[in-house]
Amino acid sequence: MAPVTLRKLVKRYGALEVVHGIDLEVKDREFIALVGPSGCGKSTTLRMIAGLEDISGGEIEIGDRVVNDLPPRARNISMVFQSYALYPHMTVAENMGFSLKIAGQSADEIRKRVVEAAAILDLGPLLERRPSQLSGGQRQRVAMGRAIVRNPDVFLFDEPLSNLDAKLRTQVRTEIKRLHAKVKSTMIYVTHDQVEAMTLSDRIVIMRDGYIEQIGTPEEVFQRPASKFVAGFIGSPPMNLEDAVVDNGRLMFAGGQSLPVPPRFLEKVTTGQKVTFGIRPDDVYPTGHGLHSGDASAVHAMALPVVITEPLGNETLVFITFTGRDWVSRMLNPRPLKTGETVEMSFDLSQAHLFDAATGVSLR
Amino acid sequence: MSSVTSHRLRRRLLKVGHVIGLFIAMAIICLPGFWIVLSSLRPTVEIMAKPPVWVPESLSLDAYRAMFSGVGQGGIPVWDYFRNSLIISITSTVIALMIGMSGGYAFARYRFKGKSAIFLGFMLTRAVPGIALSLPLFMIYARTGIIDTHFSMILTYVALNVPFTIWLIDGFFRQVPKDLAEAAQIDGCTRWQAFWQVEFPLAGPGIASAGIFAFLTSWNEYALASQITRSVNSKTLPVGLLDYTAEFTIDWRGMCALAVVMIVPALTLTFIIQKHLVSGLTFGAVKG
Repeated sequence: MAPVTLRKLVKRYGALEVVHGIDLEVKDREFIALVGPSGCGKSTTLRMIAGLEDISGGEIEIGDRVVNDLPPRARNISMVFQSYALYPHMTVAENMGFSLKIAGQSADEIRKRVVEAAAILDLGPLLERRPSQLSGGQRQRVAMGRAIVRNPDVFLFDEPLSNLDAKLRTQVRTEIKRLHAKVKSTMIYVTHDQVEAMTLSDRIVIMRDGYIEQIGTPEEVFQRPASKFVAGFIGSPPMNLEDAVVDNGRLMFAGGQSLPVPPRFLEKVTTGQKVTFGIRPDDVYPTGHGLHSGDASAVHAMALPVVITEPLGNETLVFITFTGRDWVSRMLNPRPLKTGETVEMSFDLSQAHLFDAATGVSLR
Repeated sequence: MSSVTSHRLRRRLLKVGHVIGLFIAMAIICLPGFWIVLSSLRPTVEIMAKPPVWVPESLSLDAYRAMFSGVGQGGIPVWDYFRNSLIISITSTVIALMIGMSGGYAFARYRFKGKSAIFLGFMLTRAVPGIALSLPLFMIYARTGIIDTHFSMILTYVALNVPFTIWLIDGFFRQVPKDLAEAAQIDGCTRWQAFWQVEFPLAGPGIASAGIFAFLTSWNEYALASQITRSVNSKTLPVGLLDYTAEFTIDWRGMCALAVVMIVPALTLTFIIQKHLVSGLTFGAVKG
């Protein structure tokens, strides 16, 4: 039973402040992902939770203890490193049992718990090998096994999949999800890959430049991004974003083209206001090749030229020219399109977003 | 078919050539050592003969017998020298290793002011020829009254070896990923335990090589020892060699015998420790 609470957490390196007083409450047994571009402070935050970095200000609470001044070993946490960090001079079994050995457990007890953990991760046949004899995926599983054996309150993952190839990454991702279902511990997972964050976590924390931009479930951050940054960061391919000026219920883009203001924002904007219009590739599609919108009246159609297409089999990404640049659209049940061909595109404005052009904050 | 046979033949010839080449190289490297052993077993007449006598006519252990037979009977206090050498070399090696480990670890892991300047400073001390220090050292030791003691020799050799051990051990600690010590701390180790349980075993081969180096330097050093040691109190084996030179004669046979006595422990030690010099032990710690 261990919720994790961060209160006004600050990290400074000399005069340079890299984490600016963030607040976060991770519930017991929750899987939470810290996601953001490199240098956003997510790894530093995790390392502060682990106790590997000193805290410059604020408080970290694990369970009901403030752990600010506790060394890593007293926090009852486990961490899986990006580099795996297996002890090369020990076998897999010794690696996994190391923490128990340090804690002074009997050899029988260590053996028992190592075998248990190995069973969860299918590591049984590898127990007597050394890390150098394992593949990348196996090493990552051993690193997770070592974390499980401790039976910690909190699991910390620091970009655990970054060193794996694409196929293995999906595999281990599933394994981590299964692990969470089995061990039911609080898990905090740092990644720069929004797909990992979306697929794994109960809630996502999006960080940028040492601040938290948004905290929410994967659905929330995807469907109701709090800012332009979140909107651009979450989702693949990213949301189409374009600056516009409001003029009598229309959004006037720089190239002279325009769109109606999405219905749900009509009350919230005034003529002359500078905004950023955002729409996901899923909500711009060649007419007849998209998702059915709940509100047909909000679909705005327009004939636009195709720049290039990227067929993915079940769908095709279509790049079209609009407002003087390329917009991405996702075509379901694809039909062949030629470069230069003009097609009627549907903009489902009920799914569109408006952000303040200057601050980037959502106008919802 | 014939191309396969000729290819095989060529490979075999290359292999034979390779072995012969290695044999010649090894022979050249080993010849001086072999000559010392041989010279310690044959009469002086044969050693000094011109042209050299390649195949000895008679071999005897007389030189060894004489050496151990004690002062006054043609021998030298070899046991005293041996003991001095052992005490001085081992103690100075242990101290140099301890300082080297602490220093090397600090240089590899911590950031502090003037780090590169200090490091460069250590390296620069190696640029001073040791012999240039012998007179100042002699004067200082004489004034402080520690001349001709084990302590002064140990002090000298520690100073001589520390820059090198720090430099070598620093490199090995750098190769041990930082993540490992952090993982160990999360696994329940204190900083101290993490060092001894994880980082030390992984840097072990480097520490062992630094140890061999420091030991051999102290064991074989002559220039400084010849000035600072004055009597059986502290004379080491290399200085002891000089006991075989008299005003008009040099006992080459005895000198060679003593040289063999010096080489054997050094060689044995190197062989023992060499087993632990398995490199690439850190492979597999991180990444794929």
